[in-house]
Amino acid sequence: MSQDFRLDNIGMVNRNKKISFTFNGKKYFGYEGDTIASALIANGVHLVGRSFKYHRPRGFFGVGVDEPYAILQLERNNERDPNIRATEQEIFEGLEVKSVNCWPSVNFDIGAINNFLKMFFPAGFYYKTFMWPPSFWYKIYEPFIRMAAGFGEASIKHDKERYEHKYEYCDLLITGSGPSGLASAYAAAKNGARVILAEDKPRYGGSLLTSDVNIGNQTGAEWSEKIITELKSMSNVIVKNRSQVFGYYDHNMLVMSERISDHLPKTQKYMPKQRLWYIRAKEVLISSGSIERPLVFGNNDTPGVMLSSAAKEYMKVYGVLVGKKPLIFTNNDSGYETAIEFKKNGVNPLILDTRKEPFSDIITEAKNLGIEIKFSHVVVAAKGYKKVKSADIAKISDNKKDLSNIENIECDCICVSGFWTPSIHLASQSGNKSEFNEKIDAFIPKKSKQKENTIGSANGKFTLEETINEAFDKGYEVSNKITENNNKVSIPTVVEKKSSEHDKFWCVPLPKGKSYKRFLDFQNDVAVTDIELALREGFRSIEHVKRYTTLGMATDQGKTSNLNGLQLVSDIENKVVPQVGHTTFRPPYTPVSIGVIVGREVGKHSKPTRKSPMHEWHEKNNAVFVDAGVWLRPRYYKQGNETLFEASKREAKNVRKNVGICDVTTLGKIDVKGPDAAEFLNRVYTNAWLKLPVGKARYGVMLREDGIVMDDGTTTRISENHYHMTTTTAQAANVLSHLEYYLQLVWPELNVNVVSTTEQWAGAAIAGPNSRALLMKLFPNSDVSNEGLPFMGYKEGDLFGTPAKIYRISFSGELAYEVNVESDYGNFMWEKIIEVGKEFQIQPYGTEALSTLRIEMGHVAGSELDGRTIPHDASLEGLVSKKKDFIGKRSLSRSAFTKPDREKIVGVVPLDKTTSIPEGSYIVKDPKAKLPNPKLGHVSASCWSVEYDNPFSLAIIKDGKNMIGQKLFAMSPLKNKTIPVEIVSSHYVDPEGKRVRA
Amino acid sequence: MLYIFCPHCGSRSQNEFAYGGDATVKRPELNKEISDQEWNNFVYLRKSPRGKHLELWHHISGCRQWIKVERDTSTHEIFKTYRADELTE
Ligand SMILES: [Zn+2]
Repeated sequence: MSQDFRLDNIGMVNRNKKISFTFNGKKYFGYEGDTIASALIANGVHLVGRSFKYHRPRGFFGVGVDEPYAILQLERNNERDPNIRATEQEIFEGLEVKSVNCWPSVNFDIGAINNFLKMFFPAGFYYKTFMWPPSFWYKIYEPFIRMAAGFGEASIKHDKERYEHKYEYCDLLITGSGPSGLASAYAAAKNGARVILAEDKPRYGGSLLTSDVNIGNQTGAEWSEKIITELKSMSNVIVKNRSQVFGYYDHNMLVMSERISDHLPKTQKYMPKQRLWYIRAKEVLISSGSIERPLVFGNNDTPGVMLSSAAKEYMKVYGVLVGKKPLIFTNNDSGYETAIEFKKNGVNPLILDTRKEPFSDIITEAKNLGIEIKFSHVVVAAKGYKKVKSADIAKISDNKKDLSNIENIECDCICVSGFWTPSIHLASQSGNKSEFNEKIDAFIPKKSKQKENTIGSANGKFTLEETINEAFDKGYEVSNKITENNNKVSIPTVVEKKSSEHDKFWCVPLPKGKSYKRFLDFQNDVAVTDIELALREGFRSIEHVKRYTTLGMATDQGKTSNLNGLQLVSDIENKVVPQVGHTTFRPPYTPVSIGVIVGREVGKHSKPTRKSPMHEWHEKNNAVFVDAGVWLRPRYYKQGNETLFEASKREAKNVRKNVGICDVTTLGKIDVKGPDAAEFLNRVYTNAWLKLPVGKARYGVMLREDGIVMDDGTTTRISENHYHMTTTTAQAANVLSHLEYYLQLVWPELNVNVVSTTEQWAGAAIAGPNSRALLMKLFPNSDVSNEGLPFMGYKEGDLFGTPAKIYRISFSGELAYEVNVESDYGNFMWEKIIEVGKEFQIQPYGTEALSTLRIEMGHVAGSELDGRTIPHDASLEGLVSKKKDFIGKRSLSRSAFTKPDREKIVGVVPLDKTTSIPEGSYIVKDPKAKLPNPKLGHVSASCWSVEYDNPFSLAIIKDGKNMIGQKLFAMSPLKNKTIPVEIVSSHYVDPEGKRVRA
Repeated sequence: MLYIFCPHCGSRSQNEFAYGGDATVKRPELNKEISDQEWNNFVYLRKSPRGKHLELWHHISGCRQWIKVERDTSTHEIFKTYRADELTE
């Protein structure tokens, strides 16, 4: 298909590189440097979508971030990318895009019936229409709304693209490379500041690329090219295009999304698609420019109605005509620049100017070029359904209330200009309360909250001379605060045409007997009548009007609609805009992909995976792993076709009968050192620590100040002033912070230091009746007899040349030891123990068997110490000292913790000795009691007792100590089970603890 | 994201720190007899002022020191930071 609307001698696209792409399955051609919008317009395509609510035809309205209509879905390599703005996405060979929000096709859209049912879709229609009956919501209303609405369809597949994050620091961040951005960057960079200049478009220069001006005897485009080339060559400057600064956060942290390869057909291996920059800037200059405001008239959403500045940019940057019979509708001089550009390219425009008799250089120039101008004229309504075919125009009275001489004239596009709205979003996000400027009928930033200044047209400076002077001054001033170099560059002279004042008129009244829809928000289909209705229904606050009508709440964040909405509300309420106030701007300024926010933190990269030094051995020996925090621990070692249940039973049995070995490297380990270490432990733990001799370990429980158990573990006195503390795997980090808190803030007088040694030691638990015999073979030179190394004893040993630490401690309830060696020797230790242990029938056991062993012994773990239990509840009250004070002690005497029927841990056995009790089951007296059935407590952990070969559980129940022997019920509504049970002691196996001392 | 000046390390991003709550709370001395109410106030009651507040932060991914930060809870302005052992004004 030929590019009928492409101009020959104008534009910045690369004519030597033709690119093909498909839109809704049809193939089109454009040039390198085209956006989807410019390439489609070059091909005469203006119908690209359907509107959100009424499904009215949608074309192109803008040329950049402000675009409310042309939201497309990009598809490549079977992946979908929804919410792509056609005005920003550059084309590449093989690009496939399609329309969204229309079904079955953009030309024939079933949802357009909404347009004829529009009495059902007024403001607040979701709230009103779809409320009753409630049962209809899920089944009928919501699916219908979902199918008919939305901006594309997200892919449910894993996104294979690569996204990155980057942190950067600079003296000065400048957001936007228009005249003010370039000038201030240049002034600051020359003054030695470290500058980042960010531009959201591919080309630098902003309005300089399209305006007819002269800076330092060069055209705007030439000057911007010169400045950007010099900035790029400077080592203290980072210049980034296709990069949108979308969020201004606390302490001058700004976030920018860089589109690195969105415009390329295929990304190279390791090349990211997008990159998120976290920029901490000492100072920020917001030079984000301004966006043209629409004029409001009947059917002003028809494809072919667009911003006049967009029409000009399509010509000057892309060499594309948006129409061949253009109508320019303006209330200021900007429309004339577009008209002149049309004329220069051989197209005759007609200008309708709402003003009566304005005079300025540019109006004179238009007249001299022979352009037809009708003053005091307006567009009443656009005509044509899928594309503008003509317009009803009229003369408007001086008071702007009455229309006369309505006539229909032919045209194929209507370029509107309702003056300019500064883009104050970033300033507003930083906390800057903006103020309304009567001169430009728009808000501009007021007083900086953070280290930020807004310059150029974003600050309401609409002449180039003002802009350039302000930018050079600010660039110098701000940079000099940081560098103090006093290096000021000279400001170039600026030549531009003088403009006349704009007309405050912006909304064309309806002619008698007509009810054209006049749209304010083009993306959310909010029309003048919707605002009027909201106000009639009593909504007053602009924040409420916004939410009720959804004005400015679409993905374009109301870039083209906010001010007109405010104007309308203030007109109806007979107020001025500042009295109405404006709604809050929130990040992101433009939609940002979820992928770039997540960055590289996907899959296994979302958190570290910690592996013990013996991990490879476990893998080779068929370990099935389980996540324990960030650690991977063997859950069981599978033999043949064993199930988890079978394997864990085998492993646990072998510990009870022979000897087992378990990787306990993951336990938290903390070195506690210093002359006051004993005193510190005495305050941290509930039991007494002052008299623990060197070479002995002790089990300890620590509480939070509220009396709840925080953690438990053994701590060993290695030497006079050196203790080795162990914590549970899960609480290791919290316990360290807890200890540091008390040492640094509460008891700084204690001379103690703590440091984590978790990663320094590899640990193996050797448990079972054969463990001592095995230990004797492992450490032939050490006395590990019951006398030489008694229960809770500690000694150092030599493991085939490797220094080892031997602790006689037990979690399994069997005779057991823990051997620690430096991490690098962990695998050596493990393999040696396995090798030597063969004759003692050693088998490795995983966390599942470990659980079984501790549950049937009644040893508590995380499932009992769950942040709700005090020592008494876990039967640890014997470890609570009555003599000394410790963290959390005072809480234990509170009435709720001392009441006689306080919860306590018990054992639970099913009466039939076969039915396993699901963890989390409730213990109740009467399974048939009226709901809610009063519960006595819950089952915290369940196992299959290998000692007695029947199910056994631990539960924490009310008045537990007096419940032993009672017949109750375990109910699991989740599993729909009710199991008759007997309450027994939690110490199910070896209640006297003979084995560990054997 | 806040930018917090650690007296030991310099200015660092918030994501290196863990929040530690009200820094004006004083733990009752060990072995001191106190009423239920006093203990309750210490364990559970915290001021949550709008405006200037002295709070604890733990430089958990840095020097592992607890520091005191004087911050405006509504604007996030940080006025001053102190070492754990420094007297606050
Ligand atoms: Zn620090």
